[in-house]
Amino acid sequence: MRYIEPHAHMVSRVTDDYQAMMLAGCAAVCEPAFWAGFDRSSAAGFHDYFCQLTEHEPRRAARFGLPHFCWLCINPKESEDVGLAREVIALIPKFLERGNVLGIGEIGLNKNSRNEMAVLEMHVDLAARYNQLILVHTPHLEDKHKGTRLILDVLRADSRIQPERCLIDHVEEHTVKLVLDRGFWGGMTLYPETKCTAARAVDMIEQFSGERLWMNSACDWGVSVPLAIPHAALELRRRGHNAAAIDRLIYQNPIRFLNQCPKFKLPDESR
Amino acid sequence: MLDWLMNRKQLLDLYYLDARAKLIDLAAFLDRLDRAEGEADFRLVAFHQALAEVQQSASARAERVLTALSDPTTEPIPMVTTKAACGAWPGKN
Repeated sequence: MRYIEPHAHMVSRVTDDYQAMMLAGCAAVCEPAFWAGFDRSSAAGFHDYFCQLTEHEPRRAARFGLPHFCWLCINPKESEDVGLAREVIALIPKFLERGNVLGIGEIGLNKNSRNEMAVLEMHVDLAARYNQLILVHTPHLEDKHKGTRLILDVLRADSRIQPERCLIDHVEEHTVKLVLDRGFWGGMTLYPETKCTAARAVDMIEQFSGERLWMNSACDWGVSVPLAIPHAALELRRRGHNAAAIDRLIYQNPIRFLNQCPKFKLPDESR
Repeated sequence: MLDWLMNRKQLLDLYYLDARAKLIDLAAFLDRLDRAEGEADFRLVAFHQALAEVQQSASARAERVLTALSDPTTEPIPMVTTKAACGAWPGKN
């Protein structure tokens, strides 16, 4: 089995996780910029974080033979302070040239506030001006449905944004159709309690064909499972999906989306 | 319908015991709340409303449960007062 982990916060994980992912067949890991679990106090803190994502973490992953890519932004959880967000967003362009940066993400909303919306629009403008792919975080639990609708409205209101270059992450049964019907990609995050189980992910794949869907673990500093994708592959197998169909979902689909960024190259492709 | 999709009997074989265990857990959770003292809050009200969706005979139960537990408003809130979500809408923003 081979797979791409398209969403994992590896700066919060230990080296055992890298080893386990490699043993399970992971071919590349992609790390969106995220909330640290506490608010950073200045733009300088984000500068250091962006250096970590573009310099240190790729080296750490390389020790296990795993290509590491990242996305940059100020996470929605820290978007209430618009002044800070503006300073952080101003830092991003100089990092966009770095070799492992795939685009702008994970942007989006957390509690669906006016300030979060303003910062989302700033990020979307940044992505449009620099022709970047977009990875979107949709809110948690009771805020997800409303937040997903607001996010889709923002993206669709900007004529420069191409839906097929945006992935809307953390979809569930009440948002997946909204996302796919509008031409965007959808990501299913495999968190048993707060997002989606493997069985439910397979349900959505069977109902919506899985052509523009991927799965991810979104493993971070909280309770999460770095091997969630291999576990979901097992669930697909139990449900009767054959090896070729599983490969399409967990390897070829992420590559199809990520290949829209010319910097996304796996070692075999760049030889 | 794709011919490789599992039929009802196969799905029952695969998931019945797991779903049965979750159903009993759910019942035990509600019993636990009944035995406890003090006032419940909006989460339990929302939980019962969502539970009613499970018993509807139409499909899309998961979608309807999630929607029942969601904020139904459409306008952004004025400002953030917490970063966390609690799993049910309190009835106001």
